[in-house]
Amino acid sequence: MIRHPHFETMSRSELEKLQLERLKKTVAYVYERVPFYRSGMQKLGVNPEDIRTLSDVARLPFTSKLDFRDNYPFGLACVPQDEIVRVHSSSGTTGKPVIAPYTQKDVEVWAELVARSLVCAGMTREDILQNAYGYGLFTGGLGLHYGAERLGATVVPASTGNTKRQLMLIQDLGTTAISCTPSYALILHETAQEMGIDLHQSKLRLGILGAEPWSENMRIDIEDKLGITALSIYGLTEIVGPGVSMECPHKTGLHIWEDNFLVEIIDPATGQVLPYGEQGELIITTIDKEAQPVLRFRTKDITSLNIETCECGRTMARMARIAGRSDDMIRVRGVSVFPSQIESVLLTVEGVEAQYMIVVDRQNAFASDELEVWVEVSEDIFSDEMTQMVALQGKLQRELDSVLGIKARIKLVEPRKLARTEGKAKRVVDRSELPQL
Amino acid sequence: MKIKQVSVFAENTKGRLLAVLQALEGAEVNLRAISVSENADFGIVRMIMDNPDKGIAALKEVGFTGRLDTMLSAEIPDVPSGMLRTVVQPLSESGINVDYFYAFLDQEPGTARIVLKTSDDDKAEKLLKNK
Repeated sequence: MIRHPHFETMSRSELEKLQLERLKKTVAYVYERVPFYRSGMQKLGVNPEDIRTLSDVARLPFTSKLDFRDNYPFGLACVPQDEIVRVHSSSGTTGKPVIAPYTQKDVEVWAELVARSLVCAGMTREDILQNAYGYGLFTGGLGLHYGAERLGATVVPASTGNTKRQLMLIQDLGTTAISCTPSYALILHETAQEMGIDLHQSKLRLGILGAEPWSENMRIDIEDKLGITALSIYGLTEIVGPGVSMECPHKTGLHIWEDNFLVEIIDPATGQVLPYGEQGELIITTIDKEAQPVLRFRTKDITSLNIETCECGRTMARMARIAGRSDDMIRVRGVSVFPSQIESVLLTVEGVEAQYMIVVDRQNAFASDELEVWVEVSEDIFSDEMTQMVALQGKLQRELDSVLGIKARIKLVEPRKLARTEGKAKRVVDRSELPQL
Repeated sequence: MKIKQVSVFAENTKGRLLAVLQALEGAEVNLRAISVSENADFGIVRMIMDNPDKGIAALKEVGFTGRLDTMLSAEIPDVPSGMLRTVVQPLSESGINVDYFYAFLDQEPGTARIVLKTSDDDKAEKLLKNK
């Protein structure tokens, strides 16, 4: 099913016409209202009238997460406070968080985009969605909530945590779809197993998973363990929240809602725009927002774009699964790797769960050549024989070397559920901030 | 005879043995034998307990990864060449290798008990039964 066929199946030329019109409007709008954008454009010698074709977007300055911090809290807003009906915020692990204000129209457009995403995933108003994203400042909870309500589905606002209650609700209410992080989906399965519940016997059939990077192998693992179709949803607080793009059941990339978001791929090192199909950093310009439109936001997410029409009939560009964060890219003796690549290698070894941590040493320049991967020892891989454990360690080490060409030291560790119970799993950890048992 | 063994994975860091023993104390489980195989990173702690089911539940409760295995066990007379004659020689003559073993004093005075894992536990059990 397609919720907005007029937009979702528009020809590329029609779509580009719409995008150009909306881009021009947005650029003029922020130039007039936000000193940050005006001075940024003036520095580059660009006026709103200089935007004549879509490719002229490359003449505009980039916006980074840091710019949001520098203009905290409302420096990037285009409307007076009385027009703002809601504010969300990023988790803000360091320094001030990112503030995302919405007008009445913004929250309505957002809900429509999430509804569109859910339909794209195969949901209908018959579905019962258990929303296990955190409610509150985080965009995931309320974003999914209002989108699913707009669709007319039944929403169970379970929020995060209390896994046993989540499982009870899944069983008792006949939940058909769950929205949560991929790592939480695995926790659900783990806890279900401990409680003697087989999720394959439940009505759960669909997972709307996002808010952290995950691999294709992890998808297979989740689908197999929970007996569901697991699809990826993507979004960022700076842009709108979830509902920027969504996978359809063909699983050939996430459909970007290009009538709202103009996307580019750049080389993260030079800032040069790359052609369709090439891998680089995703750049997003919002072209239908009121409270806080963003020009050329550097997402730091590494992906590639495909503009071929999908088998589902949608013409909008599809972005590949996020390969990693340009920040997370780890260099080991000159080879760059993403945590997701390490994860997919680990998962090919039988019994190894997706619970791992990559330990880097940012304080010690000499140690940057060394990579240590901590793999949690679950019951599936634990043996009472030392020879078996050492063989497993050696196998993981050899696989990383042969597939990725990196020398990593595999360290087998006790389970530390800390790193994954709350929201996003942190995969790359500095030696100085290692979680203790 | 067969005997149940509880084994847990423990990192080779300060306080892990303490955590194992405290978990067992909390569950009022009595340890009859313990053996550790370790390297620089981790150890496998193998234990014989008066109540292995309760013991492993208590260890899992505090977060350890563990397993419960049924092991081969044999009585050894407390005399010179006891272990050689009753266990190692017969196994060796039948081409069975010992993966690991440990021994403890039996409740029966004058005998020790050995717990072992071999390359062929079924065959080993038959051999040891005749001793």
